[in-house]
Amino acid sequence: MKKLISIIQKESLHIIRDWRTLMILVMMPIALVVIFGFAISNEIRNIKTIVIDPSRDVHSQELIRKMEASNYFKIVAYEDHIEAVEGMFKRGKAHVAIVFPLNFGQDLIKNNGQSIQVIADASEPNNASIISSYIEGIVQTYQADVLGKNPSLMSIIPEMRMLYNPGLKSVYLFVPGIITIILMLICALMTSLALTREKEFGNMELLLASPLNPAFVILGKVIPYVALSFIDLLLILVLGDIVFDVPVRGSLALLLGESLLYISTSLSLGIFISTVTSTQQAAMIFSMIALFLPTVLLSGFIFPIESMPVILQWVSHIIPAKWFIIIIKSVMLQGSSLDILWKETLIMGAMTVIFIMASIKKFKIRLE
Amino acid sequence: MIQIEQISKSYNAHAALKQASFKVDRGELFGLIGPDGAGKTTLIRILMTLLLPDSGKAHIGQWDVVKDYRKIRQHVGYMPGNFSLYRDLTVEENLRFFASVFGTNIKTHYHLIKPIYEQIEPFKNRRAEKLSGGMKQKLALSCSLIHRPELLLLDEPTTGVDAVSRQEFWQMLGTMKEHGITVLVSTPYMEEADLCDRVALIQNGEILEVASPKNIVDHFSSHLYRIKGKERLGLINALRSLSLFTKVYPFGEYIHCTSDEAVEPVVISQQLGQLGMDEIVIEAALPGIEDRFIELMA
Repeated sequence: MKKLISIIQKESLHIIRDWRTLMILVMMPIALVVIFGFAISNEIRNIKTIVIDPSRDVHSQELIRKMEASNYFKIVAYEDHIEAVEGMFKRGKAHVAIVFPLNFGQDLIKNNGQSIQVIADASEPNNASIISSYIEGIVQTYQADVLGKNPSLMSIIPEMRMLYNPGLKSVYLFVPGIITIILMLICALMTSLALTREKEFGNMELLLASPLNPAFVILGKVIPYVALSFIDLLLILVLGDIVFDVPVRGSLALLLGESLLYISTSLSLGIFISTVTSTQQAAMIFSMIALFLPTVLLSGFIFPIESMPVILQWVSHIIPAKWFIIIIKSVMLQGSSLDILWKETLIMGAMTVIFIMASIKKFKIRLE
Repeated sequence: MIQIEQISKSYNAHAALKQASFKVDRGELFGLIGPDGAGKTTLIRILMTLLLPDSGKAHIGQWDVVKDYRKIRQHVGYMPGNFSLYRDLTVEENLRFFASVFGTNIKTHYHLIKPIYEQIEPFKNRRAEKLSGGMKQKLALSCSLIHRPELLLLDEPTTGVDAVSRQEFWQMLGTMKEHGITVLVSTPYMEEADLCDRVALIQNGEILEVASPKNIVDHFSSHLYRIKGKERLGLINALRSLSLFTKVYPFGEYIHCTSDEAVEPVVISQQLGQLGMDEIVIEAALPGIEDRFIELMA
């Protein structure tokens, strides 16, 4: 036990001495949250909007005014014909068009409902999905505020039409995504680097020549990184809550527990990588190709898994981050509990066991 | 203390050790001497249980280097050829860590490392990477001694170290005997052989000879001449063309020539004169370890 503590102490010293890397590891999650958070909330202001409003009555005018007043939309053109829309989209003059039918206000009253057509430039899928959600929001508020006094006036239904990317199902839940990636980065990449560094600088030769239990060597090196990744996890959660009002609707204990499980999965992956590589550079490249890219691209963080080709959907099953993103989104945003998430939890647990077994099998007690 | 019997080891097709055998007695300061690539590191790593031999047996005390690797790792001190301490830890942190690895602390066996560690103690808060080459080796030696091993395996501890530090280092190795610690040290420097109780000469994975430095020199069976002239390279070529000598090789400022039969220096200078070489000094010389080493080489 004393030996384990002294390895942990030693490893903590390595981390603190390399303060540049430490700063990156602490600052990166902050930077990512801020960049993702503000980039998304900034870009959706002043969306260039085309209005096609042949009816020009009270209700349509009022709805347009509300949209402009929200600051989300900036009307750049009033057009008479829908044909003009695509040309303006292609030239980048506008990103969304709102098309009112003829006699919008009259029909709204007469038929207890009416629909407006929203055409969005979905070549930037995130923006398009945000735009459509804004329009839905504005229309609903308008109904509640203005028409709500008259219950006979029922509903305005915005009919969304996504140009260029009709199957759009994008979500921009960046806080769970950033947590997933940062934890993978620190746990898998940093531990695989820390362990291969021992080999590269010849320290491992001395450790092997000592009576130290290999399990202690690995455990002692890994524990400081567990602490570091937990700090980052809390940092992101607090920042997401304070700055961007990202809620944790489910149990915080469950969230931290599941995170700890994901940390273990990532660590065991990092240990496994270090057992099959012998230099830091090789470990870095291995981690980048085998971990980082799939985690970013195939976990469902940026690109929805549902819209991937079937083969990639199958590949995504073996990526631990995919399961963790499902869990963390569900806990944070839907307030789910373990009785819904047991399957995903079990899969991550099984992955951890497999990686640890493989590492033990691969760990060399000698130099060859 | 060490028994090596017919140890062989190859990397892919390259044979690093060919049936090496020798013994080291308890309390001895034993030198493993040979040029780079002779197989010294491989042999030391096999003894340290870091590599498995392809064939043959080796024991440290009663422990087998394959089966009893845990025992050996607990009781043997090891200093690898490359500096292997933690560069970003300080002198004291390194020493404390390696003490704890062996379940001991700095104080318990401090008397053992005191003469060495005292020299680097003024820098105990300096990071290991900032130490000079000689001080690094003293720190590494301290770390390998801190658990009071019964045997010390040192892989080229003086390579790349200045002459003064090398001398100090060997003095410290000499004191290990007082503490009953056996030392096996490898070195490419032939002159360091004289500082050992016994040495093994190793070349191309083969043990050429095992004896005390004095006996090794005594085993030299050829006649040795040292020759000095103006044009060194031309002189070597000329000497090689004479067919008087079995071997001609540069040795410091001289050229050493060996022959099976005694040759009169006058004969040598006459023959060189016929080749247009004059102003040449020719003397009979006393052999050293290196001369014996070259004599043994195929």
